[in-house]
Order: sequence, then C-alpha cells, then structure tokens
Amino acid sequence: MEKHLNVPFDKKEAQGLRSGDYVYLTGTIYTARDAAHKRMWEALQAGERLPMPLEGNVIYYMGPSPAREGRPIGSAGPTTASRMDKYAPTLLDLGLVGMIGKGKRTQEVRDAIIRNGAVYFAAVGGAGALLSKSITSSEVVAYEDLGTEAIRRLEVKDFPVIVVDDCKGEDLYETAVKQYREEAT
Amino acid sequence: MRTIDVSEIVRNVREMCIEANHYLTCDMKEALEEASVQEKSPLGRRVLGQLLDNLDIAGEDRIPICQDTGMAVVFLEIGQDVHFVGGSLEEAVNEGVRQGYADGYLRKSVVRDPIERENTKDNTPAVIHYEVKPGEAVRITVAPKGFGSENMSRVFMLKPADGIEGVKNAVLTAVRDAGPNACPPMVVGVGIGGTFEKCALMAKHALTRPLKERSPIPYVRELEEELLRKINQSGIGPGGLGGTTTALAVNIDTYPTHIAGLPVAVNICCHVNRHLVREI
Repeated sequence: MEKHLNVPFDKKEAQGLRSGDYVYLTGTIYTARDAAHKRMWEALQAGERLPMPLEGNVIYYMGPSPAREGRPIGSAGPTTASRMDKYAPTLLDLGLVGMIGKGKRTQEVRDAIIRNGAVYFAAVGGAGALLSKSITSSEVVAYEDLGTEAIRRLEVKDFPVIVVDDCKGEDLYETAVKQYREEAT
Repeated sequence: MRTIDVSEIVRNVREMCIEANHYLTCDMKEALEEASVQEKSPLGRRVLGQLLDNLDIAGEDRIPICQDTGMAVVFLEIGQDVHFVGGSLEEAVNEGVRQGYADGYLRKSVVRDPIERENTKDNTPAVIHYEVKPGEAVRITVAPKGFGSENMSRVFMLKPADGIEGVKNAVLTAVRDAGPNACPPMVVGVGIGGTFEKCALMAKHALTRPLKERSPIPYVRELEEELLRKINQSGIGPGGLGGTTTALAVNIDTYPTHIAGLPVAVNICCHVNRHLVREI
C-alpha cells in the first residue's frame, strides 16, 4: 500500500504501518551511523542528554558524500542497519519511533519495535544519488568532528521508504524472500 | 626500457576514482536494464527502476552513485621493462586517490587504524595489488569497494574431499547470509584454489571481469552458470525485498593449490560494481 506520512509522527501512526507498505516521508529526520551511535551510547551511560530529540523521531542510518556547491547534500543512501542493532533497543525504549536503513535486524531490535509500536524502514541501498533528490536541507547538529558520521538534521520531501519490520512482528525480508523462493522451486 | 613519470599515475588514478564513482561500465547498466524487464516481483521491478534512475542522476548531476564511495582498490599490472621516475609509485597512487576523493566530492571512508578508528580525511591509503608482466605496458584498474557488501564476503578453507559440491555450498551460504545487507542484485566474485590470501585476491579480481564473459575452463563455466541460476532462485531479489534477480553474474577464477587444501573465497559486490581499466 502507498502512504504519505509526515515526520516526526506519533506511535499511533507508526502502528498503522504494515510490512510491505511503500511510504513517502516528509518532514524532519536525523542521521546517525556507527560512530554517532557509539557517542550517544556513551552519553547515555554517563547520564547525559542526547544531542537530538528521540520522541516521535526517525533516525536515518546514513553518512553522505560531500555536497557540491549549491546543493544541500551529496549522495545519501542507507547504510547497513545491523551495525546499530546493539544500540537500537535502548533508543526505541527512549521514544524513537522509526529507523531507516538497509538489511536485517536482530530479534532484540524486532522485539523492541513490537514492544514500542515502532517501525523499521528500508531505503534502497546504493541509490544515494536518487535519494539525495528528496532531501531539501541538511544541517550538522552534533559531533561535527566525525565528518560524514556527524549527526545531521535533514528536511525531506516525499522520501521513499519501504516498511520492513512493523509492530506486529512481520518482516518483509522473510516473507517476500520466502514467497519468491517457493515460486522458484 | 620505457620511462614513465609517476605524475602520470597520479593523474590517471585521480581521474579514475572520480569517473568510477559516477558511471558504471556499460555491461553493468545493461544487466540492470535486462533485469528490470525480467524481474517477476513488482516491488523488485520498482527497485531496479530506481537503480537505473539513480545511475542517470549520478551521471547527469555529478552525484556519486552511492554515498559509500569505497576504499580504493588499485590493481597495477606493470611491464618489467618499465622504469618509474619522479618519485615513489605507491605514493603516486595514494596522491591520485587523495586528489580524486577531494576534487570529486567523494566520501572519505578510511580510518588510519582498525581499532583506534581515526578518519584519515582523504580516503588514503589505497589497497594496492602489484603484478609484474613481460613488456612495457602499465595497466591500472581502479575498483572503489563499498563495505556493505565487503562485510558479507567470506573465505572457506574446505577439504579436498568437499569437492565441487563443497564449493557450491560455500558460495550459496555466503550469498544467503549476505541477503539484503549486500545491496542485491549483486555480483559474486569467487576464487578457488591457491592459498588463503591467493583465493581472496582472485575473488576480488574476478569482480572486475565483464559480466557476460565466462571462464574459459568448461567445468568452471558450468559452475558459474549453475550458481547464478541457484542464487536467482533464492528469492532474495532486488534490495533483498523478494524477487528473481539476486545476482547479475558469478565470476570464478581458479589457481593450482596444495594437495591438502581447497580454499574458496567469495567476494560479494553490490549492484554498484565499480571498476575502471586504463592502459598507459
């Protein structure tokens, strides 16, 4: 099913999403990947505040290439989500409602998605030039010294994603792959 | 004896890093076009359509095809009658990478130490493989390698008794485990034989072979075709979202090996299989 959704969004809206839905996101999202997650983790351990709001927000696992003059961002496709699996359940429990990446998640992350009524989206990996066209602005909000791995606030318009893991425990990587494997054999 | 100033190497490597990150070889684009027609899954066709649009945008608007512009892998085949002057050859390759990644707006993804992880901020050093050949030609291959797929690559030290079935199992296991993480449709490079490091290097180099070119060894050619068919029956599909296009090619290289061993390396590359060759 095709849907349009404004971000940030509340859990009620997340709970209406189903594995396999094709969703266009419009609004504000934040980027964070390996090094930023490690720093956020250390901040939480030290009892410090995180540099961005989690409640109702979506994190995009992405580190862009540099922007050419006059452009908001360079190539901007998703990175492999599993490297953030160690940190994701804690962030979900703190109010994070969505994640955008590519690739499978652990059962711990999927359980946290169910428990919190959240959602995991895939963007098409390796389509960074195309996806950059749906990003209208980009601003570093924390950890600037990490370069491409800094936390950025992005404004997106009709950013195309697909629901992989929904709050009912459905996983598109499992269901769709099984369907085409069965058809082939 | 032919004399080449290393500034020639700098200039070529610089240009090749930029070009390889904005344009794929024609065979890659054609394979994606064919797949977008043949793919059975509607979502899979949509993903493949996005990948083709992505290639057009990358070329027209000068945006790297993928934000992971890779670690620069450089193969240098050097004629033994060539004499390099003007400085260090290795430094020249790294200078070409440094300039290409800065001037081409490419992402700097290399950390100086694997544990301390401080970014070198210029994407150096490259991973350079040298081969000395007869004659006085120099052939440069630049293959920027992204790590979504690199992380899903494997080496299997099989036993001779595992035979060809063991090899098939190893390749299919690596591809199945890679699934959506490796950004399918993928290209699968396989090295069979040699030693631990030789099979890995063959697997990497096999990724630079044209997609439609099959091995000249009859049984290897059959193996390539059978594995491609089986991989495309796995159901993984474009983006790992289900479908009939999981790989575009399986390229296998072989080498003599030890009586006690059967090394197999599987180097997986995403659909952004970047490699450029120039002879100077």
